[in-house]
Amino acid sequence: MKRTVLSGLSLTAIFLITGLLLPKWLQFLCTMAAANGVVSLGIVLLMRGGVVSFGQGLVFAGGGYAAALLSNKLGVTDALLLTAAGGAAAVLMAAPFAALLARYRGIFFAMLTLALSMVLYGVLVKTDALGGSDGFNMHRPTLLGMRIADAWSGYALYAIAVCVCGLLGTAARVYFDSARGLVSLAVRENELRVEYLGASVARVMAANFILAAFLGGAGGALAIMALGHIEPNFSYWTTSGEFVFVAILAGHYSVLAAFAASFLLELVRSFSSSYFPNTWQMALGIFLLVVIRFFPRGLGSLLKK
Amino acid sequence: MNVLKATRLNKHFDGVVAAEAVSIDIAAGERVGLIGSNGAGKTTFVNMITGYLKPDAGAIEFDGTDIAALGPREIMRLGVARSFQVPQLCAEMRVIDNMIVAAACGGEALSFWRPAQTDGARARAVQLLERFALAGHAGRRVAELPGGVRKLLDIAMALTRRPRLLLLDEPTSGVSVEEKFPMMDTVMAGIEGEAAGEAGEAGSAGTAVLFVEHDMEIVMRYASRVVAFYSGRILADGAPAAVLADADVRRHVTGGLK
Amino acid sequence: MALGLTLVFGVLKILNIAHGSFYAVGAYAAASFVGWFAAAGLPPWTSIVALLLASVAVAALLAPLVERGLLRVFYGRDEVLLVLVTYALFLILEDATKLLWGANPYFVSAPYALFGNVQVGAQSYVGYDFALIAVAVACGLGVWWGLNRTRTGKVVLAVIHSAEIASSMGVNVSRVYTFAFMFGIFLAALGGALTAPMISVQPGLSVSVVIVSFAVVIIGGLGSIEGAAAGALIVGLARALAVHTWPPAELFSIYLAMAVVLVFRPEGLFQRVKARRI
Repeated sequence: MKRTVLSGLSLTAIFLITGLLLPKWLQFLCTMAAANGVVSLGIVLLMRGGVVSFGQGLVFAGGGYAAALLSNKLGVTDALLLTAAGGAAAVLMAAPFAALLARYRGIFFAMLTLALSMVLYGVLVKTDALGGSDGFNMHRPTLLGMRIADAWSGYALYAIAVCVCGLLGTAARVYFDSARGLVSLAVRENELRVEYLGASVARVMAANFILAAFLGGAGGALAIMALGHIEPNFSYWTTSGEFVFVAILAGHYSVLAAFAASFLLELVRSFSSSYFPNTWQMALGIFLLVVIRFFPRGLGSLLKK
Repeated sequence: MNVLKATRLNKHFDGVVAAEAVSIDIAAGERVGLIGSNGAGKTTFVNMITGYLKPDAGAIEFDGTDIAALGPREIMRLGVARSFQVPQLCAEMRVIDNMIVAAACGGEALSFWRPAQTDGARARAVQLLERFALAGHAGRRVAELPGGVRKLLDIAMALTRRPRLLLLDEPTSGVSVEEKFPMMDTVMAGIEGEAAGEAGEAGSAGTAVLFVEHDMEIVMRYASRVVAFYSGRILADGAPAAVLADADVRRHVTGGLK
Repeated sequence: MALGLTLVFGVLKILNIAHGSFYAVGAYAAASFVGWFAAAGLPPWTSIVALLLASVAVAALLAPLVERGLLRVFYGRDEVLLVLVTYALFLILEDATKLLWGANPYFVSAPYALFGNVQVGAQSYVGYDFALIAVAVACGLGVWWGLNRTRTGKVVLAVIHSAEIASSMGVNVSRVYTFAFMFGIFLAALGGALTAPMISVQPGLSVSVVIVSFAVVIIGGLGSIEGAAAGALIVGLARALAVHTWPPAELFSIYLAMAVVLVFRPEGLFQRVKARRI
């Protein structure tokens, strides 16, 4: 475990330093990749237990809106605080459903999570106080009490995102290597046996759901701080679909792979909107098929070898 | 003191009598063979003991604790373990990981951060694998293993928490004739080894073993006691030779008498 | 639409996210066909034929391609994995339609005016809407009859029940799969084609429609024909109810119903598939 923490710290440091050298557009790309990567990491966590959530948008939007509201309405502007708050809000949203969802598998789990995220979407679109389908903008966050100068805002957000990712990524790795993490993998393989060995599968799955929610919410808060704007689309099924895409691409073995996959998606997304606006989704689709066919355990499985 | 005390268990499904007035006392360290044709009630009995089914009437006590109303998970934690006729394993994981999972599941609350692969956990897993002559397979994925090895692993996993009562569900089913005796030898040796290694554990007279079997040779060789089931009732209960010679048993279970 | 989705699920056990894409393709194809017919100088009533032809064309061309070329590769794998495959397909078709037809909206007006207006009490309704309902009912009945009363239908039912057993009894399961998929896609395309006159056909069609059909199918029960009908009815009613009593609920009422059904009766109202839960 010490090794994990050390590598987490060093990677964070490396990214922080290289970030200073990157052009602004790449900094922003990485920031978004990091934020979205955290959300997809939540799905990876769930996948280790054998279920795929098609409704991560629920907690993504939940965390985002919570952060935005705290910032705009209650004047809480510290970026780190908002990230934590986003995660906490998401956990509050997900907690009532955790015990219920812990009993579902396969398509039904996917559909129920999808339905929940779409309910939120419907609510958000019709809630004019929250800006309806246009959403609303968010005030600029501060960092540790200091206002962030315009010239530094890109790097500041990048640094915040990298630090949060380093922290959450390391925590995730520790969790994956823990007893619970291993038993989650066992549940994915043979939950009957796990029950007969004395562990509560339902409790493991519920805990996983809540942890995934925290990741989704924290990522949502980060994303909205980077974008400056939030809208109901954060909870739409196509958004959830993209997180699933990244999670599948990454596979369920490696935390790093989740961020790498997220970066890949952001790269493709930003390049294509300039050069191939009409074919990038097709490219993604084909790419996904290739991954499913030839690397069903995700790219992370390559790292494992 | 009895490890297991089942008293007048009754169970029926829509008019089919799966168990009627079944009473059995098992002492620590006994080796009991459960025989009977399919549908005779052996599996129902095992399922009631392991908490998968609740008896309609009667009582089940394990080490003095009433377990009739408990579920499989609680019963497992009290010290009962079972193996499965079709080995229930985590196919994509390695043998040693399966063993570590087995140890973790039956232990205290699962940790969110303490590593699963500690030296202690691995050592314990290897120790148990050695008793079952499986140590050589430790690093291999279960999916790659042959059937006989899987059966052994299934049983080894059940023994991880040193249960007081072990139920083996048709341990030699699907095992070839040449392999079945060596396999059962290994199984029994593994169980004995565990009991012997259990120095200092209170009241360790060894694990009581109940095994459901259709193979009478196995039953004769490894059981110190045989219980024969028929139509949900116990037909005979006693020393293997006596039970297998019993006229009713021969008529309804082993064949040979029309 | 839902009928096709539930059929594909029942037979192939695939929940097809791309179903909406076929709907969109159907709509676009319909737009094209109607355009061609009009350009050829054919009278307005033939636009109905154009719609039908469009759906058939889509099914005949795309379905075998997709089923054989793509889905077949992944048969037997985890059901969620197949859903992901259809998600990839959805992504591909999204752009494919954009490439073929461009991003501007199409308007297929000709058929809409064909049936004139119908007076019911004080309200005036467009005849086309009624015709659409009639077609939906006819399709539902047709499929039900086809499955339960014809020999081919019984074979399909056998495959739905257990592909393995059916195959051991000599049924050419892969042909049934192809046929079922083609028919399911035909229904999707038909849905799109028939709806085309009522809306503007533009990118983004598939996205909203597929989720609603998911809701319909989940509520009614995956794989059940009666369920698809019941589900569609319930969804329609829920939406109408919401619009009348509490407008803000319009959008999420459908998904709320879907969630409620999943919680209390995951198999849907007309059980066909056992819900995978513990």
